[in-house]
Amino acid sequence: MTRPSDEQLRAILVDMVGARAQAGRLWNLQRQGQIGTLAPIDGHEAVVAATAHALDPASDWILPQYREPLALQRFGPEVLDQYMLYNIGHPDGSRLPPSVRVAPLQISLATQIPHAVGLAWGMTLRHQPGVTTVFFGDGSSSEGDFHEAVNLAGVLRAPVILLCVNNQWAISTPLHQQTAAESLADRAVGYGIPGVRIDGNDAAAVFDAVDEARQLALGGGGPTLIEANVYRLGAHTTADDPTRYVPAEDLRAARTNDPVHRLVSHLADLGLWDDGAQAEIEAAALVRIDEAFERAMARPLAADAVFDHCFLTDTPRIARQRATLLAAGPHGHSISPRSTDE
Amino acid sequence: MSSTSELTMLQAINEALHGEMARDERVMILGEDVGHVGGVFRATEGLFEKFGEARVVDMPLAEGAIVGSAVGLAMAGLVPVVEIQFLGFSYQAMHQIVGQIARLRYRSQGRFEPAITIRAPFGGGVRTPELHSDSLEGQLANVPGLKVVAPATAADAKGLLAASVRDPDPVIFLEPLRGYRGIRGEVPNNDHVVPLGSARTARSGEDLVIVAWSHQVEVACRVADSLAKEGLSIAVLDLRSLVPLDIEAIAVAVDRCGRAVVIEEAAQTGGFGGEVVATIVEECFWSLEAPVVRVSGYDVPYPVGMLEDAYVPDEARITAAIRRTLETA
Repeated sequence: MTRPSDEQLRAILVDMVGARAQAGRLWNLQRQGQIGTLAPIDGHEAVVAATAHALDPASDWILPQYREPLALQRFGPEVLDQYMLYNIGHPDGSRLPPSVRVAPLQISLATQIPHAVGLAWGMTLRHQPGVTTVFFGDGSSSEGDFHEAVNLAGVLRAPVILLCVNNQWAISTPLHQQTAAESLADRAVGYGIPGVRIDGNDAAAVFDAVDEARQLALGGGGPTLIEANVYRLGAHTTADDPTRYVPAEDLRAARTNDPVHRLVSHLADLGLWDDGAQAEIEAAALVRIDEAFERAMARPLAADAVFDHCFLTDTPRIARQRATLLAAGPHGHSISPRSTDE
Repeated sequence: MSSTSELTMLQAINEALHGEMARDERVMILGEDVGHVGGVFRATEGLFEKFGEARVVDMPLAEGAIVGSAVGLAMAGLVPVVEIQFLGFSYQAMHQIVGQIARLRYRSQGRFEPAITIRAPFGGGVRTPELHSDSLEGQLANVPGLKVVAPATAADAKGLLAASVRDPDPVIFLEPLRGYRGIRGEVPNNDHVVPLGSARTARSGEDLVIVAWSHQVEVACRVADSLAKEGLSIAVLDLRSLVPLDIEAIAVAVDRCGRAVVIEEAAQTGGFGGEVVATIVEECFWSLEAPVVRVSGYDVPYPVGMLEDAYVPDEARITAAIRRTLETA
């Protein structure tokens, strides 16, 4: 077990604070109608950022669900650019450069778990070092893909970290209606793999657990199921109104355990953090997201981009459809909500 | 020295898999019972012994994880060839086939290459239990991002499977259950690749063209041969692949004949036969001398054994449709 160093904890907090600030900016952009529906990260900052810092971006993969990108800075600044493209609905929003080992966001819950198992398996077959880490939620643990994939991971002893972020809510469905199990980590026993349950609001605990799972996987010991308990501090998405179902007293209690506040207070006690540092980091994070938004809005989009990358080469049918669209000219269709040429 | 051997379709498929695995060490076989036992139909026979357990993998009984893990393997640069034991069992993997494999290239804008082939037997005529004979090619062809291939001869099974494995896009490779041992023919011994998207003229003719794929091509050829004795000249066009579709070949054949009958085993409503008819209407409307007729399964679930002869298009139904079409002035 490797405790994160104070420097590592500080780096994790920098990413967490940046993510929290950027989440606020995204919420406002969405309310202004400038970007589409998105799932805020609030409450998940520690589990995502500390996981990213326990992994090696040069060899390890992250397969996100959809709430994670703002805290994945460690895997490259391109993640933020991609996320802003995603949020404005640009097709490049799911394309990262080959050097960034982060998969596209996944809307279809739990379907990324078998992908992570297959990728980890494939890396082993190709003698590539590294592990894959897949994020999913408590709701996703009810999906068939969770069962099928975790079972397969156990059989293959695949180097995969199965990271269930239990934020207690699947949109409006509370955990007790999701499962009768006391702990989602207990399920690991049934798959013959280790399962651990951690406080996902404790960045150090997350770092420890992920590091341990990673060492086990790299040593050929196979997968680990980690249940990281957090509380969803915001809405499920910008289209959701949690005041209709989240008890106010539960949310108040959860806020006293806010992962950002906890790490701020820990590092402040060590003299490694203060209000000035925080303000500086928040300001820098906002500059980054504003610049990423500007770059996203300026990203070109070909008139016939809708056909690109369906197949490597257009089928005869698609080739005809592409020609028809192009022949219709710029006024024959609307290529995006941002199109200004009409 | 003979450059061909007479093989069943099953043997041809097996030969293609041996060839592809020997040619490219990234090619892997995943499925239920594909390893030790060589597949329930023996399509993968000998591969486990020759290429080892790392490349020929008996998977847990979970179609979603078999197909879903193939996505990850492809992301790692491998070339998975998945066997689904019967196409009807792919319902349990449909969320991964339709929602994931088909759009992996599109959603990643080309970063990830889903070079995945999914082989599955399908179609009727062998008195299987429920859900073993469903024809899903219409549903699958309607999924953007999937190629759908359905060989009708042993030689094409070898050549189209080789092309499918080498294709950079996901291919659903449909193998006719009834043709596994029932269809046999001369198959080139050497490397044999038939490009996807190129239809085959199975019979030349001037009076009417039957458009078909997979096992129904053989049925159509029997009908054409039988009607030839009456002096009727019936062409048979074997589509070979539904996606990509050889629109040109359909247009040429229908323009020449002016009359067409389209055959499929799937239910009629929303089936791929309707797509072929629509293509004919778009391409050949002014050449048509009679309405285009479909002969298909009925709009009911694929039935149990005692009912299947009533369901699967046969020579009598196809012949009747042809006569009706030819009688139209």
